[in-house]
Amino acid sequence: MSSIPGLLDNVDSQSHSATWKGKILPVMLAGSLGLVLLYCAAFAETPALHNVAHDARHSAGFPCH
Amino acid sequence: MAGMFNLAAFKRIVSAAAMAGVLAGLLFTVVQQIQVSRIILNAEVYEDAAAAQSAHVHSSAENEHHEHEAWQPTNGVERTLFTALANISLAVGFGLLLGSGICLRGEASDWRAGLLWGLAGYVVFFVAPSLGLPPEVPGTEAAPLADRQLWWLITVVMTATGLSLLIFARTWQVKILGAALLGVPHLIGAPQPQVHASAAPIELAHAFIYATAIANTVFWLTLGSLTGFFYKKFA
Repeated sequence: MSSIPGLLDNVDSQSHSATWKGKILPVMLAGSLGLVLLYCAAFAETPALHNVAHDARHSAGFPCH
Repeated sequence: MAGMFNLAAFKRIVSAAAMAGVLAGLLFTVVQQIQVSRIILNAEVYEDAAAAQSAHVHSSAENEHHEHEAWQPTNGVERTLFTALANISLAVGFGLLLGSGICLRGEASDWRAGLLWGLAGYVVFFVAPSLGLPPEVPGTEAAPLADRQLWWLITVVMTATGLSLLIFARTWQVKILGAALLGVPHLIGAPQPQVHASAAPIELAHAFIYATAIANTVFWLTLGSLTGFFYKKFA
């Protein structure tokens, strides 16, 4: 499977296993953590979360109400 | 798990995102309190007036329903503090995504490189969705929330993918594909309400768009440069 040219060159050039442990896994974990935070602050419809984050959602341009 | 997982790389992204997110989130709160929040409070006066008017017309059963509304922070210090908390959550969340991007690219990072990542974040998470769904004051008629959230998500994913291809791809064919992806969400079009209406006057809606554009520019450029700065510092 060839990846998109030039997009992840450094991933292709190193050993797959080392890159997976060294880079992809930490990035996936950190990225997921970010998505959880963003979901709670910007998307969750739980009334309490919505009310706490109401002004933040409106200010940052997230769909609200 | 030891030896299986590069804990140092994970810690580096998280520490940089936490530092940058807290600082940028606090700065965003200050800018927001100066201009954006005033417009929200102003619009809520109109929203409440419109709600009170319609409550007169509707049955008492619906009025009763109103009294069971969920807890919300009271206006003033409490509301500002909870808003600051939400802003910081957003900022750290966005910071984690920027840090992940910086780590994945694996190039030398400093505040200048971070500034460019912040600019990309501003385009992906604010400008692109705002083209179809401009930031709205409370009390504005809008399409169902789930539809708007879905379009927002599609737009962000396509803009992020398109921009990455446009910037990082080596061949012009792939760059063109990236540029084309940027336009797709806007060809689909954002979900619109059946009737465009707002409790607040149109001037307030316009002022809100300018105020949020400025606040988010400041926020993203700060978040990006700080993430780049701390990512280098925590190497």
